Amino acid sequence: MKASQELTLRTQPGTGKASGRRRILRNWELYLFIAPCMLYFIVFQYVPMYGVQIAFKNFLPSKGIAGSKWVGFDHFERFFNSYYFWDLLWNTFSLSLYELAIGFPLPIILALAFNEVKNGLFKRSVQTVTYAPHFISIVVMAGMIITFLSPSSGILIRIIEWVGLQPAHFLEDPRWFKTVYVLSGVWQSAGWGTIIYLAALSAVDPQLHEAAIVDGASRLKRVLHINIPTIVPTISILLILNVGNILGVGYEKVLLLQNSLNIESSDVISTFVYRSGLLSNQLSFSTAVGLFNSVVNAILLLTVNRIAQKTSDNSIW
Amino acid sequence: MVSAIKESKGDKLFLVLIYLFLTAALIVVLYPLIYMLSASVSTPKYVNSGEMWLLPKGLTLEGYKLVFGNAKIWTGYRNTIVYTIIGTLINLAVTLPAAYALSRSDFYGRRLFMIVILITMFFSGGLVPTYLVVKNLGLINSMWALILPVSASVWNIIVARTFFQSTIPKELQEAAHIDGCTNMRLFVRIVLPLSAPIIAVMALFYGVGHWNSYFSALIYLNEESKFPLQMVLRQILVLQQMGAETNGAVLSGEAASLAASKAEIASLVKYAVIIVSTLPIIAVYPFLQRYFVQGVMIGSVKG
Repeated sequence: MKASQELTLRTQPGTGKASGRRRILRNWELYLFIAPCMLYFIVFQYVPMYGVQIAFKNFLPSKGIAGSKWVGFDHFERFFNSYYFWDLLWNTFSLSLYELAIGFPLPIILALAFNEVKNGLFKRSVQTVTYAPHFISIVVMAGMIITFLSPSSGILIRIIEWVGLQPAHFLEDPRWFKTVYVLSGVWQSAGWGTIIYLAALSAVDPQLHEAAIVDGASRLKRVLHINIPTIVPTISILLILNVGNILGVGYEKVLLLQNSLNIESSDVISTFVYRSGLLSNQLSFSTAVGLFNSVVNAILLLTVNRIAQKTSDNSIW
Repeated sequence: MVSAIKESKGDKLFLVLIYLFLTAALIVVLYPLIYMLSASVSTPKYVNSGEMWLLPKGLTLEGYKLVFGNAKIWTGYRNTIVYTIIGTLINLAVTLPAAYALSRSDFYGRRLFMIVILITMFFSGGLVPTYLVVKNLGLINSMWALILPVSASVWNIIVARTFFQSTIPKELQEAAHIDGCTNMRLFVRIVLPLSAPIIAVMALFYGVGHWNSYFSALIYLNEESKFPLQMVLRQILVLQQMGAETNGAVLSGEAASLAASKAEIASLVKYAVIIVSTLPIIAVYPFLQRYFVQGVMIGSVKG
């Protein structure tokens, strides 16, 4: 009796609190390992989340977060009723959707094309070259755009004239801002974006292709019926993540390309948050606008994920 | 003789179209890069008029002389190197041990820690609350404001954790424990030496991030002597301020005769500065490409 009890104890090292404590004690160093990381997330991610409450207060730095007066949804109301609310929302949505419509399919097409070409010097060179712009900084990218589109000396303007078209004032004309933003983004990141699809494509079973060839399937048919179905899960997950970030247009590049002439189409929520918060010092108001932005993002993400879950098996969790 | 797999006419045409498409992509991406390189060593007159459109015309190194003679660019360069090295070391010191701990299935509470980390992917305090934290910590106008708020990235932690999970055999850890090896020794003596590829990937991802970032400097720094290179580039390329140094004050005779107007000096400097700031990364990247690609792929195995 006693022996068997001991045996169970040894083979199944107990359950409940005692075992938990033992596991903690035995691996106490692992808690040291994760401590700096947790400290970082608490200080720079969770403390700011606590600070979000100033969106509902009239925050005065002298009084601190806790000491400032509650004002409820005043800042949100002011934002929703402002004359620029719909413009900001429209600019943010349209810029994101435009980017998604052009920038999302292109890496997929490029990856499918790479996959058809045999490994060799040509494939490697195209890959190396198209990946490279990913490493160009946003500032240099903006500088390139401004220089290439300069009406007096830009090379793109010269090329457009050479083709026989009339170049527009791309950076001053609000109608052109979004196109410039999206196309330059495609130039910079389409190549790099293929990597993740190429990884998914490498999982295709070669036997499938062999069988299809025997059955007389053309290359195009094999791409459509073997390669694309293989990467559909990857496509869905990236699409969900992208839609979930639809109001999170990268303000870093927009901010650099923004000027007083194109601002009516280049002002997005995140640049507005920066301007009102850090330049005009309306801390509470700006936080409220930022909070609105992240709440919309979270709702979009959950909704799209739900739809994907219902219609297919692909979801991010 | 007929080849083993007979390509039909349609297949051949399809393949030709693919090659054409990839060649077009190659040209579209490569052309601006070559153009900038050529423009940086050409006489501005030819660049601005469009006469120089592919290969250098009126060879001159004056642009580079102006760039290297500019104290601001030097300071920016030095600052960026310092911020990148210290920042990346901190990133590694925070990310690798944490990722290793999270990779251990016998680490009690790892699910909870993982949730704490993952939540920050979906919610964040936003710009102003984060700014207030940095300010309250007294980090404004210090290099730590550019480094500490980006000590770790969720994505990189997941990538490193996946790597440890899939490459460090569990038996190795059990054997080490039976031999009385502590977790600390195990990590430093056994796990890290086996993890050179992931250390390289992490260092590269974080390093490039530090090298290219400008926004933290824009909001947190107010002294020009602390500006990283990207802030100096912003002044030159985007705000189009050349700084007194290059605006004729110390312009050499040759440069003055080469560049008839301020605008021409500006364009001379622009291309040279783009090359000088981007070259360190673009030049080493083809050799490290394997590692970068590996990093993205490890991350995509399990998101």
